[in-house]
Amino acid sequence: MEIKKAAMAGTLESSDAQVTVEPGENGIDLSIESSVIHQFGRQIRATVLETLNRLQVTDAKVTVVDKGALDCTLKARVECAVYRSNGITENLPWGGVIK
Amino acid sequence: MSHPNKKRLRRSMMFLNCQKPGLIKDPYIYKPDSIMLDLEDAVAENQKDAARYSLYHALQEIDYRGVERVVRINGLDTPHWREDIRVCVAGGADTIRIAKTESARDVHIVEEHVLAAEREFGRPEGSTLLMAALESCRGVLHALEVCESSDRLIGIALSGGDYTKDLQTVITGTGVELQGARQQMIIAARAAGVQCWDTVFTNLDAMDVFEEEVKMIKMMGFDGKSLVNPRQIDIVHKIFTPSQKEIIFAEKVVREIDEKKSLGIGVFTVDGKMIDIAFYDGAKRTIDLAKASGVYEGDL
Repeated sequence: MEIKKAAMAGTLESSDAQVTVEPGENGIDLSIESSVIHQFGRQIRATVLETLNRLQVTDAKVTVVDKGALDCTLKARVECAVYRSNGITENLPWGGVIK
Repeated sequence: MSHPNKKRLRRSMMFLNCQKPGLIKDPYIYKPDSIMLDLEDAVAENQKDAARYSLYHALQEIDYRGVERVVRINGLDTPHWREDIRVCVAGGADTIRIAKTESARDVHIVEEHVLAAEREFGRPEGSTLLMAALESCRGVLHALEVCESSDRLIGIALSGGDYTKDLQTVITGTGVELQGARQQMIIAARAAGVQCWDTVFTNLDAMDVFEEEVKMIKMMGFDGKSLVNPRQIDIVHKIFTPSQKEIIFAEKVVREIDEKKSLGIGVFTVDGKMIDIAFYDGAKRTIDLAKASGVYEGDL
């Protein structure tokens, strides 16, 4: 999927993550801010990249501000931001590329 | 054949806002009978989409340890309910709570879309149960037709806030404004053989008033209550779970009626109370409730 415009999902509340996607070139430019970066930074990065890969997002600038989100929340926020950037809110592929 | 979970124990049904990951990640620790993951009023209009992604992954990935996962979808007068149904069924929600139900037709519309979603996502047809929230005077007046509208329907729940608005009054704390709806709904539910739940109690500083209200709705015949805070769960469970004294009396009633029947005796006394066959079903129900609540140690 192409990132057509900047879009954001999530909040800065505890157990949440705020994910911003913006149009980009030359691959994924991912920056992560987290209070648990030393402990979980690698896992957060892996989950975000895996989700983007599943959504076939190849070029984007992605910013994650993590507040202790579970993997399932991270995935939900990345997916929401990507679909928002495409203006899609209905007939989503639940169980397909969203899984 | 009726769904095996249609009549499961539902004393406590706790609302959780799907917009808040911190709320939906581990509510099973409070041991409610059901959680109601909310896509409707608790979720801001511009966050309806975000709530669905969170819901989908929560349903798929969080082990709620046997707690029933109900999802409250947006009303049929909104642009959201169709996608809400798709995500509920795809995620494998146990039950869908239909907001603002006013007629059997409302249930049929949802049922039709649930069936289509079960086919789309490869879920067994008929596996998703439904419950209906009655939130208006018209809905309450149509309680019986709603209760009899679908094999999937587990029961009806009163939604007091919207209902009192429609009635042109307010929640007073005395319950007087809800008397008619409560009475009408429980009678309709029992006539149709489905369950019935009372509305939420939102004043968390008045736990004594809450407790009195729970005792009252138990006496009226309700199966349980919608809840807004984990602190309310234990109070509801304590009141809705039969005491050891009630269980022992119910056992005596069942045993005595079985025994006296074979001796040709119709009416007799147990612990000084006159008992006849009319008490049999009630005593059986007490034992079934004790079993479902995990407090029965007898052999009936």
